[in-house]
Amino acid sequence: MWSWETFADAFPIIITGITVTLGLTITSYALALAAGFIWLALESTPLKIFNFIVYWIREFIRSTPPIVQIFFLYFAWPMVPYIGTSFTPFVAAMLALGIHFSTYIAEVYRSGIESVDKGQWEAAKALNFSQKDTWLKVVLPQALPPTIPMLGNYLIILFKEVPLAATIGVVGILSLARSYGANTWSYIEPLTIVAILFLVLSYPSALLIRQLEKKMNRRFDKKNMKVKVTE
Amino acid sequence: MKPIVQYKEIHKSFGDTHVLKGINLDINPTEKLAIIGPSGSGKTTIIRLLMTLEEPSDGDIIVDGTNLWKIEAGGKEKKANEKHLSKVRNDIGMVFQHFNLFPHKTILENCVVPLVNVRKMNKKEAAELAENMLERVGLGDKYDSYPSQLSGGQKQRVAMARALVMKPKIMLFDEVTSALDPELVGEVLEVIRDLAEHEDMAMVLVTHEMDFALEIADRVLFLDEGVIAEEGTADEVINKSDNPRLQDFLKRFRGETVTGQ
Amino acid sequence: MFDSALNILSYLSQGLGTTVSLFLAATLLAFIIAFVAGLCRIVKNPLIRGFTMFYVELFRGTSLIVQLFWLYYAIPILFNIHLGSNWWIGVIAIALNYGAYMSEVVRSSILAVDKGQTEAAIALNLSRVQRMRHIILPQALRLMLPEFGNYSIQILKGTALVSLIGLTDILYYGDIYRSTNLSEGPLAYFMVLVMYFIIALPLIWLSKKGEKIAKRGVAG
Repeated sequence: MWSWETFADAFPIIITGITVTLGLTITSYALALAAGFIWLALESTPLKIFNFIVYWIREFIRSTPPIVQIFFLYFAWPMVPYIGTSFTPFVAAMLALGIHFSTYIAEVYRSGIESVDKGQWEAAKALNFSQKDTWLKVVLPQALPPTIPMLGNYLIILFKEVPLAATIGVVGILSLARSYGANTWSYIEPLTIVAILFLVLSYPSALLIRQLEKKMNRRFDKKNMKVKVTE
Repeated sequence: MKPIVQYKEIHKSFGDTHVLKGINLDINPTEKLAIIGPSGSGKTTIIRLLMTLEEPSDGDIIVDGTNLWKIEAGGKEKKANEKHLSKVRNDIGMVFQHFNLFPHKTILENCVVPLVNVRKMNKKEAAELAENMLERVGLGDKYDSYPSQLSGGQKQRVAMARALVMKPKIMLFDEVTSALDPELVGEVLEVIRDLAEHEDMAMVLVTHEMDFALEIADRVLFLDEGVIAEEGTADEVINKSDNPRLQDFLKRFRGETVTGQ
Repeated sequence: MFDSALNILSYLSQGLGTTVSLFLAATLLAFIIAFVAGLCRIVKNPLIRGFTMFYVELFRGTSLIVQLFWLYYAIPILFNIHLGSNWWIGVIAIALNYGAYMSEVVRSSILAVDKGQTEAAIALNLSRVQRMRHIILPQALRLMLPEFGNYSIQILKGTALVSLIGLTDILYYGDIYRSTNLSEGPLAYFMVLVMYFIIALPLIWLSKKGEKIAKRGVAG
């Protein structure tokens, strides 16, 4: 049932979708990195009840399916009274995936910051650093580098969620494979091509990150980093 | 007397590090042997080879007439398989520096598990035997405690009871007091002293407790850079040897003990 | 507003059975796969190890939605089996995907148990199987708990894809409702999210509980 002819025929068509797939990955990842900080900021206000509510909103977004969130933003957001506006499929997918993953990224940042020894804050205080300098010159330079492998892992995980966008018509590699299948009634070859493309892009990156992780483990004492990458 | 353990030209390397460089050693069935030496001299490796936790790079270890690491098959020597190792291991027990009690089991269960699984005893019999042994090491009131609820000294006594219920012919002690707070060392040594006096089994102690070694050991080995550098009764080795490395080791060691207490 | 929320909720609950049964079956199967594959990764036989590693990297390296479509089209054609229902395809795709991830948890938890535990078990002459069963696995299991809790939430989220292969789960009924009541779209999808969240709550609680259990009582 397998035809190399179909495979060869479909390959050049499907590969054209790689720009959109990678573009969506990168833009939503950038959004996730930025929004991760916002969650942290919103969860560390002096107002305890506010922090608590924000925490549960984040937990809500994190534990519900991203595909529903994509549908919500694409199909339903335009109907929301007053603030509703319609997004292109690309933007809807970017927002949904970016926000979904920001809830994880926030946790990574937090673990990084918590892994900085208490003594460092005290030392900064003793040296009379300003609040801003304490963060920029003491805490963040120590907190962020150890999180790089985890952030990298989430980039790969996000990449693998990007084909969800095919369901609202973003024309990445999965969409192209599906429409190729719809036209020719051969699905296996085009879908195999998609699987291969994902494997070829994500596996070497994963190896790279595992390497980086080992290096980081040697350089930093990660006893205090509690968050593990799931999924 | 026929030796119960014989090391014949034993070598052991870890990567590029040549830890043991030709160890020849006979241990008699009731002998109490102490091994001393600076850290990195290979003394722990000697007993780990006998416990089958490490495999020798070269040479033979004979336990009660059986070659531990080699078997004969069709006239040819082959590497021992798990079945063979398991048969020989039956005669050997070991107590570790860091106790290695099973944290998810009570101290009674720690002793019962090997009896039920290895000696194939029924649970009731095993529990009875284990209780007697825990009583002997002074922990008769702690059967249902978990290891995390015990002091280091108590943990080590449980570890000894766990090894003893298996009735080994050879008991190995790997720096069993090194991980203990100084005030807890005494209670552990007391149990070993009791064993040395009342049990017929061979005992091999890798230890830093020089005075203790002097007191109970029939024979002391001084191990230095992978070879047996000095050997004799405790008195001969510790008080009468003129080996400069041994003198140096003892001097440094005494110094530490004095300042340490 | 409140009325229509309840109204939507009762409409969506028609899909609850499919989502929950799929979730339970996929979780169970993923656990089994995770243990088998996790143990296969640490055996001595290089052939078994290599094959398992291939499976794990293949399913971790591609994407669940791609795997789901692939199996949906490929199982009937390549293997000439008709499983009789797409429910099974959903279960198998999700379980193979998350089983691969979770096998890594099983493997690393087993390796994280202190080496002294294995040595003590060898010194007591427990056999290889006894060591694993009585000493290593019970301790490794505690280390796995929080991660397994997290993955169960991921599996639940993963089940939302099955409406794409025609199964009538919660999201399926959400889509139908939205397409017939366009103006209520936002509420409809919000209620879908709420329903998934309600199912997820006990899982969130379990994984927090698991974290606490994992922290105590393991030699590591």
